[in-house]
Amino acid sequence: MKILVCISHVPDTTSKINFSENNTKFDTSGVQFVINPNDEFGLTRAMWFKEKQGASVTVINVGGTETEPTLRKALAIGADEAIRINTPATDGFSVATQLAHVIKSGGYDLIIAGRESIDYNGGMVPGMLAGLINANFVNNCISLEVDGNAVKAIREIDGGKESVATALPLVIGGQKGLVEESDLRIPNMRGIMMARKKPLNIIEPIETGAETTSVSFEKPTPKGAVTLVSSDNLDELVNLLHNEAKVI
Amino acid sequence: MSVLVYTESEQGAFKKVAFEVASYAKAVANLLGTTVTAVAINTKNTSALSAYGVDKVLNVTHANLDKFNASAYAAVIDQATKKEASSVVILSSSADSKYLAPLLAINLHAGYASNVMAAPTSTNPFMVKRTAFTNKAFETIQINTDIKIIGVSNNSFGLVENSGTATVEDFAPTVPELGVTVESVDKASDKVSIADAEIVVSAGRGLKGPENWGMIEELADVLGAATACSKPVSDLGWRPHGEHVGQTGKPVASNLYIAVGISGAIQHLAGINASKVKVVINTDPEAPFFKAADYGVVGDAFQVIPELIEKLKTFKAQQ
Repeated sequence: MKILVCISHVPDTTSKINFSENNTKFDTSGVQFVINPNDEFGLTRAMWFKEKQGASVTVINVGGTETEPTLRKALAIGADEAIRINTPATDGFSVATQLAHVIKSGGYDLIIAGRESIDYNGGMVPGMLAGLINANFVNNCISLEVDGNAVKAIREIDGGKESVATALPLVIGGQKGLVEESDLRIPNMRGIMMARKKPLNIIEPIETGAETTSVSFEKPTPKGAVTLVSSDNLDELVNLLHNEAKVI
Repeated sequence: MSVLVYTESEQGAFKKVAFEVASYAKAVANLLGTTVTAVAINTKNTSALSAYGVDKVLNVTHANLDKFNASAYAAVIDQATKKEASSVVILSSSADSKYLAPLLAINLHAGYASNVMAAPTSTNPFMVKRTAFTNKAFETIQINTDIKIIGVSNNSFGLVENSGTATVEDFAPTVPELGVTVESVDKASDKVSIADAEIVVSAGRGLKGPENWGMIEELADVLGAATACSKPVSDLGWRPHGEHVGQTGKPVASNLYIAVGISGAIQHLAGINASKVKVVINTDPEAPFFKAADYGVVGDAFQVIPELIEKLKTFKAQQ
């Protein structure tokens, strides 16, 4: 089985979010970048398929040279090779189009992406990719088993979960549950050394347009001070929630 | 040219989000000077849509659509969009709508904006404001394609009544063969989901162990709320992953969010930031969550929660 794991290069979850150039660009100064958490759960599941079922694992990213450390980290975790499509990631559609082009010639059976990136939260690349390459698609995937061509997966739904049967070729939008937090791997020294020798192929982009354009950003207005209620006076809390906030 | 809206139902009855997206569709139709057409799939009675400004309902009934299937539902909405020559399609932010939206976008060559929190700021060019960076920021984006798909953030636009009469037309689209089939659904029918809940009661490590969740469930029961938890609690296996809210878990956009024994890590705050009113109960007055809260109680959850349950029961009895 040939697996492709799509890796988004995103600010660490603890990052302070600021914007530059008159609030039109994300300010990357002082920001630590990581593998998108939803993608990392998928990558870790891919390592299981590699170790137990002999799958090959390629990781791919659409972005400039600044994203290479993130791909090297994925190689250090254990992916066999990496591909970087050499163009800035603009909108979800253009990223999906670039990925689809590489996938069509690469013969991948299983494409693992995260359900969304934690920066733009678009949640569109996995589904668009499935639509573009005409593969089956399971979103919010929290469990994945492959036997030959047959696939059993579990999808998180609002208020529960759903077990589905499908077949390769398949795209999933993965998230926590594919593996547990404690299964995530921190690259060891040997992995980091080996990652330096693994191929990181740079592919030039194809011509494609963007369907959406980011115009500007703003930050939420700061919150007013908290109203503290004494723990001996919970009647007052009920009163405030009913009469002031009007939520009960 | 109607604005098309997919009004979701569950077991034949509309979900609350159906009325919110219908309200949103009406606002967009007003901006464009056109009407609203809703697509309802296997819904028993569509008359409730009239109250939210829907002019016409395309009523689809098909045995293969009994269980949600993203590509089949996307195919139905695709055909409805073409039939109505719609240039704007409105969806919700339910797990199902977010699943089908990108497939529909590819079918229709449409630009898709997810997590949209307000009516378009402009229709020419077409611009909408959405949440990004897990609610740490808002992004205004322009959709450049002829057909636009908007995914409305749950509980952001609200319900807006617009009395009218919707005509109902039976619509029989082609339903494609299913590449993904549902084998079983595991969903507690008596519990409100985090996505649909108006009130969410959430607890963290301050509860000391999974055996202490009884009072959280009771508090949720009294309020008709969904239960949720912090990331450490789900990682420790005290509560199911489906309850984890925050940056890598579920987003919460409820009217009221009550956090018990959660210190308020930045990733958690981001995930619940879209909730309108936040109440924090914590023993530690320095807990960062107090800075993000509207109301706070510094105190021991094991004393405060049982007492709050009694106060709320008394309050509910008087209502």
